[in-house]
Amino acid sequence: MIARITLAETRAELTKLARLPAYVIPTLAFPLAFYVFFGILMGPARGIGATTVATYMLATYGAFGVVGCALFGFGVSVAVERGQGWLLVKRASPMPPPAYIIAKVFTSMTFAAAVVVLLCAAGAAFGGVRLAPAAWLELMVALVLGAIPFCALGLALGSIAGPNSAPAIVNLVYLPMSFASGLWIPIESLPPAIARIAPFLPTYHLGQMALGTVTPGHGPAATHIAVLALWALGAAAAAAYGLRRDEGRTYG
Amino acid sequence: MHDTTIPARLSGVSKTYGAITALDGIDLLVPPGETLALLGPNGAGKTTAIRSLLGIITPDTGTARLFGRDPRVPRNRARAGAMLQTSGVPATLTVAEHLRLFATYYPHPLPLAETLAAAGLNGLEKRKFGDLSGGQRQRVAFALAICGDPDLLILDEPTSALDVEARLALWSHIRAFVARGRSVLLTTHDLAEAEALADRISVVLGGRVVAEGSTAEIKLRAGGSIVRCTSGLDDDRLRGTGGVDAIERAGSTIRLSTRVPNELVRALFVADPTFTLIEVAQTPLEDAFLALTRTRSSEEIPA
Repeated sequence: MIARITLAETRAELTKLARLPAYVIPTLAFPLAFYVFFGILMGPARGIGATTVATYMLATYGAFGVVGCALFGFGVSVAVERGQGWLLVKRASPMPPPAYIIAKVFTSMTFAAAVVVLLCAAGAAFGGVRLAPAAWLELMVALVLGAIPFCALGLALGSIAGPNSAPAIVNLVYLPMSFASGLWIPIESLPPAIARIAPFLPTYHLGQMALGTVTPGHGPAATHIAVLALWALGAAAAAAYGLRRDEGRTYG
Repeated sequence: MHDTTIPARLSGVSKTYGAITALDGIDLLVPPGETLALLGPNGAGKTTAIRSLLGIITPDTGTARLFGRDPRVPRNRARAGAMLQTSGVPATLTVAEHLRLFATYYPHPLPLAETLAAAGLNGLEKRKFGDLSGGQRQRVAFALAICGDPDLLILDEPTSALDVEARLALWSHIRAFVARGRSVLLTTHDLAEAEALADRISVVLGGRVVAEGSTAEIKLRAGGSIVRCTSGLDDDRLRGTGGVDAIERAGSTIRLSTRVPNELVRALFVADPTFTLIEVAQTPLEDAFLALTRTRSSEEIPA
């Protein structure tokens, strides 16, 4: 029963977002355009450490894209559905609440997979990115699974932010955090003050974990996974708080 | 312990939000096959009562039951359908997509075609929700509430934002649902709506039921009748005849509220040779409701 509902919920969620240009364009086109511009057009010939710019940035812009899918797919959609009372209609129905959450995780991961495939295709076709089949697979799996802690973070933001302010709040978290974690510009090129903050950010750990699959020297994956899991737990607690706080509010 | 044949029941339910008491030990019961209207002004606690019954909120004290079961467990809500005061149905999905999804939540849903027909949505199934008119959107909300073929329909101010035509259309869909022997609990501050749809009315004020009964009983309890007449007597002498609760004058016409219309009219014919009776009518529900509201609030004002 729950599996069937979750599947139906996922299909509806995917359809809903796929028809929403305000979601599809920023989440799919922006990371691809950034990667093509900064990773492929501007620097394929140069190298960073043991690898090429195009390969390095495939990992970091991949992380950037995946985080965007999760934060917007969750954060903005939960905030809007909460604010408009749609969540209330769902909660009044016999729908099991996990179905709603899991459907949104699956949906974010599907869009995340689409971003990753687009970027990998662009890197391989135009950026000269060459990886062993196992490394390709590891990179893609790390990135797509890496969406999960950011789903939790998105849920937390969406459970606390208002429906109108949510897109702005998500951007205020997403863009500076991505920059400070070295997802746009390699962490080695960032001012040291910012580079020192980076290890506290979840985006840094996703970026480093993705880099670790294509080039050595980015720390043990277990550490990154542990930090991301901590962030996910903290975010889930914040989301639970936000949703409980909603209980007595009336809409309309 | 809890009667599984009773569609909806609140027993001694209280709920406070900070300093605000939304429900103050309210008791409510929707019997099988009946339509109960919760009537009251905004802030009376109607919406909180509905949310307790749907398991959206947990009462501070007392119990809420749907068919004898705890509504906070999602599957215990499978025999109820709800239409809440929200407009935020996701805009990019079509009517059919929304209804198909909601139907998966229920063990024995209606076929899509039946839901569409029962909510007057034939021909609109391929339209996106965002492209619908206000009345059509409200009918989609109604369709979402009935798509699971529920035994109990819960409607929170179902027609408050609709124009007359759309309201009448929705009323006829609600009546068709009732005609199949199902139960309905609706809230409204629109008295015509309660009168048009409900078998029984519970007047809710300050988080409690202050009056309850059939529509006729509620009217009777609130003061009964209005005597419209002309008379040469002044207000004091009118009151002196006995049985007059309130006097209103409009030009030469006098409107007397009374619980004993026969005795009052007989006494006035005796006391005043110029007395002319225009009509004796039952108190409109609006007045009944206002009278009940007034009694309650005057009790609560400390002397």
